[in-house]
Amino acid sequence: MAGAMRTGSGGRLDRTRVINFSFDGKRFQGLAGDTLASALIAHGVHLMGRSFKYHRPRGPLSMGSDEPNALVTVDAGKGRLTPNLRATQVEIYEGLRARSQNAWPSLKHDAMALNGVFSAFLPAGFYYKTFIGPKGAWEHIYEPAIRRAAGLGVAPTEPDPDHYAYEHRHCEVAVVGAGPTGRAAARAAARAGERVILFDEQVEFGGSALADSHTTIEGKPATEWAALVVAELSAAPNVTLLPRTQVFGYYAQNFLAAEQRVTDHIAYPDPKLPRARFWQVRAKRVIVAAGAHERPLVFPDNDRPGIMLADSARTLAVRYGVKPGSRIVVATSHEGGYRAALDLADAGCEIVAIVDSRAEASWGLATAARARGLPIETNAVILGSRGGLRVTHALVARKWSDGNPGQPDALPCDLIAMTGGWTPSVNLFSQSRGKLKFDPATQTFLPGEPAQTMVCVGACAGVFDLGQALADATRAGAEGAQAPQADGADAFGPGTLGLVAPLPEEKLTKAFVDFQNDVTARDIKLATREGMASIEHIKRYTTTGMATDQGKTSNMNALAIAADALGREIAQVGLTTFRLPYTPVTFGIFGGPSKREMLDPVRETPIHPWYVARGAVWEEAGLWKRATRIPLAGETPEQTVTRECLTTRAKAGIMDASTLGKIEVVGAQAAEFLNRLYINSFAKLGVGRCRYGLMLNETGFIYDDGVVMRMADDRFHLTTTTSGAAHVFAVMEDYLQTEWPNLKARFTSITEQWATIAVNGPLARDILAPLVEGIDMSNAAFAHMSVREGKICGVPTRLARVSFTGEMGFEVNVPTDYGLAVQDAIWRQAEPRGACAYGLDTLLRLRAEKGFIVVGLETDGTVTPDDVGMGKMIAMSKPDFVGKRSLALADLKRPGRKQFVGLLAENAQHRPDEGEQIVGAEKTPPGTKALGHVTSSYMSATLGRSFCLAMLADGRARLGQTVYTVGLEGAHPAKVVEPMFYDKEGLRLDA
Amino acid sequence: MTPEVVRRSVLDGRPLPATGRVKAYPLPFATRLNLRGSPDVVEPVRKAFGVAPPTQPMGSASAGERAALWLGPDEWLLLAEENAGDLMGTLTSALGGVFHSLVDISHRQVGIAIEGPGAARLLAAGCPLDLDARAFPVGMSTRTLLVKAEIGLWRREENFFRIEVLRSFAPYVARILDLAARDQG
Repeated sequence: MAGAMRTGSGGRLDRTRVINFSFDGKRFQGLAGDTLASALIAHGVHLMGRSFKYHRPRGPLSMGSDEPNALVTVDAGKGRLTPNLRATQVEIYEGLRARSQNAWPSLKHDAMALNGVFSAFLPAGFYYKTFIGPKGAWEHIYEPAIRRAAGLGVAPTEPDPDHYAYEHRHCEVAVVGAGPTGRAAARAAARAGERVILFDEQVEFGGSALADSHTTIEGKPATEWAALVVAELSAAPNVTLLPRTQVFGYYAQNFLAAEQRVTDHIAYPDPKLPRARFWQVRAKRVIVAAGAHERPLVFPDNDRPGIMLADSARTLAVRYGVKPGSRIVVATSHEGGYRAALDLADAGCEIVAIVDSRAEASWGLATAARARGLPIETNAVILGSRGGLRVTHALVARKWSDGNPGQPDALPCDLIAMTGGWTPSVNLFSQSRGKLKFDPATQTFLPGEPAQTMVCVGACAGVFDLGQALADATRAGAEGAQAPQADGADAFGPGTLGLVAPLPEEKLTKAFVDFQNDVTARDIKLATREGMASIEHIKRYTTTGMATDQGKTSNMNALAIAADALGREIAQVGLTTFRLPYTPVTFGIFGGPSKREMLDPVRETPIHPWYVARGAVWEEAGLWKRATRIPLAGETPEQTVTRECLTTRAKAGIMDASTLGKIEVVGAQAAEFLNRLYINSFAKLGVGRCRYGLMLNETGFIYDDGVVMRMADDRFHLTTTTSGAAHVFAVMEDYLQTEWPNLKARFTSITEQWATIAVNGPLARDILAPLVEGIDMSNAAFAHMSVREGKICGVPTRLARVSFTGEMGFEVNVPTDYGLAVQDAIWRQAEPRGACAYGLDTLLRLRAEKGFIVVGLETDGTVTPDDVGMGKMIAMSKPDFVGKRSLALADLKRPGRKQFVGLLAENAQHRPDEGEQIVGAEKTPPGTKALGHVTSSYMSATLGRSFCLAMLADGRARLGQTVYTVGLEGAHPAKVVEPMFYDKEGLRLDA
Repeated sequence: MTPEVVRRSVLDGRPLPATGRVKAYPLPFATRLNLRGSPDVVEPVRKAFGVAPPTQPMGSASAGERAALWLGPDEWLLLAEENAGDLMGTLTSALGGVFHSLVDISHRQVGIAIEGPGAARLLAAGCPLDLDARAFPVGMSTRTLLVKAEIGLWRREENFFRIEVLRSFAPYVARILDLAARDQG
């Protein structure tokens, strides 16, 4: 049922719950508690993938997150295709559909496996050397072909239907890893009353205890103790337990990033649940108890399915109730191999041989193994393997007295359990910017001085003695707390690094170092022969350690081989930086809620719904939505804008101007404050009057404009551009705080306090007058560039008589929540009079006809007031204002600067594109410097022709001359004119 | 003759979460004044407003519907009932010659209540601050972020927060809260 290789009892399984799943379309049954890897191995299936480069058949090497080989794709339905998952971490659920990767047409018959046959021609650096010419071929032929042949899973093509949640959390103590050490630390900290978060990447808390067969802690079996501690921690209100949660990044200020897998293991998840949570945790202290990674042995053909790490083989038996093989050769260089052999024998596997590279085996576990009758070969090494889709033989040789191996015997087996020792998992410590130090005694890199408030405990700090690890962890959790006592724990020696024996001459043999990137011992030696002396270079040349597993199982072997080839110490060859993420992370968590319509906040004015109801076309200005135009049924965009322009000029038009930035400046020295910010003078601006103002930056260039309205002696209401509002406000605050802290003026953003409805056109007054109370609307009493306070529709208004269209214009400011109702009321007056609503496109044309600049169109950050013909606005009598000193620079006054002009194309129907260059002759040689450029260009319904605004060198001296605008289809003549095409006398403004 | 004009909240018709552990709801319209000036304003405002603007960073003071929230060394948000009469005028008179700036921002932003034992957790979906009651005690008020929106956050009770947010960001904030409540079950 759940597999022929299943043991009769034991394991952390629910043997009553059978789970159906499929792999590569074939149906299997597993048990609750299985991973995909353990469930398949229970059916004798080790072959789970093909390798990255040579397409060699591969099975699981490990049982954890460090797995390099068994990468699978899980297909959970439309849009839910996840590639590159480690089969050793995928929990099975009813209906799980998984498939292998990088194999075609099938896992068993992979056409690309020929890469293996031709592999003598595919050494390290091969791509750099071979695929050089012809030009462009790399990009278009070689790279796509290689990427198809090599590589991992395929990215999904459908949009991701799942959602992802953010969780921000703070704590005093974050503990990474819930093995015995991590739990001891968490318990001590929790008992001290601190806020504790305990993370573990596994389904279940326990770490090594989950596969422990013999240790006792505080007098209880390790698994039982694990459950007791977890129960205590679960009940504690100050503790957050996060299983299935990978801490993948360790940043500055003890900021940890972790991915919690929420629904991937559930057959029919509640759609309300997020697929994953992105935990962003800031901890006062971090305790890393990340354990260690077991190292493979490096020998030829060490990668066949059925060759795996010894402790992982043991874990299959003890935790998952699975016999990884029937006849097992254990290859070891330390005591751990004996523990594996004993546990596997207990599970009912035949141990063919324990092959120990050391001369003697005369201590505890070896004695126990011998007493069990397990055959032990000391002073022996494994030199290779035989087999196809599964290992069939281990090639084992005795070593001669000189240390070299003799002729090997072929031992029949279906599993080789190998172990070269343990590598402390220093990835997170390295990410935290702590410096690693090499420990020659154990041949490991260990955490040195931490760079943050953190500590590594247990195996990840090189402490493999459980008692010592528990003591360290308890002390790290809470100073002075009582450490739990451990009994019966194994203690292992350091093991070996690098090749178990010299490589044979034959070039086709492959002794894999980095399984995921298919890097062999020979590749690393080749890199050193070709001049790479630093591990950083060797890594990039061979790609060792650069796969998604970050070289967890391979880094130390690669270093040892490189050091040996270079004749140096490992410490001198160095270690590469460990980068995040620790394991691959689902992209979705980074976006969290920020996707589709929630990608950014969308800012809408209170009048927005009115325009939505009328089918407005929208554009973005910063985060704001603004109406571009409001088309009637059947209109083309050009027809809409033409109608809006003509209607506004002939009758009236209304527009939503609420997005304009608005700032209220108050205080006895408010006018002085504005004097220093704008080029204009505000000292003599009367109450109730408005002034157009230009703001410069310190280099003397225009960066914002707007209207300043004096509401009272000590109170101004000013407007900024929509997108410049936040910046202008920040600049004002900056000057106030750093330059003029004693100035008696303060200001407040009122952009959203007021909704603004612009009413423009000859009928504007007629439309508003019936709604307004307390304001004399007559031209005599309420002239252009004035502002009045009163009521409209019974609510307060700041009613300004200003115009950006050239027509008589009013801006109705009302408190925002009344905006929509006032808009409705105005429309009820406007519509019967034949007025229209208009959008930004119309506004841009109408203002251009009047020659009003738009900051950002006519200006580009290099334009002075004089350049745009506003030099006269500068109040040079003022002692200072921002940008004044720069305006005196010679370059800002030199002849030849571009100046603001109008252009009329000789062909009235030709409309140059905005941005077109302007030259002085129809035909110019290549390289001719342009005289200027077109900044705005429109067809004018009012003028019945095209017209442009432009910035032109010495433009004002060229009035009346002919210049040429250069477009894609050639040069077009145009006459230089004053930038004012409509109502030059301004009679309409003052009507 | 002018037609009747009704005040419309931007949160009208916007879903806000209500679960067993937490609910969010729009707070009633209020009078809001932005007060800027030196600490000299504190005493006159206390007398006229009934609440003294706090000088403690991130502090708040309140009495009934009136409150003063610290926004910066020279800036406070004054909250009062919607129909507070001529509060601007009253305060301006009380402040007399003391330099200050007082600006009506009643419509600029909206208040959202987050209430219930799950309140801090709900906010933690988008707010990076430590919202534990020891780190962010009752009465603390600060400007912070909710995912991509700037908000003001004021803890009124252990399980009651008030968000103050610019009107145009309020629908975004409501949606973030709604999504977070769904994610948290």
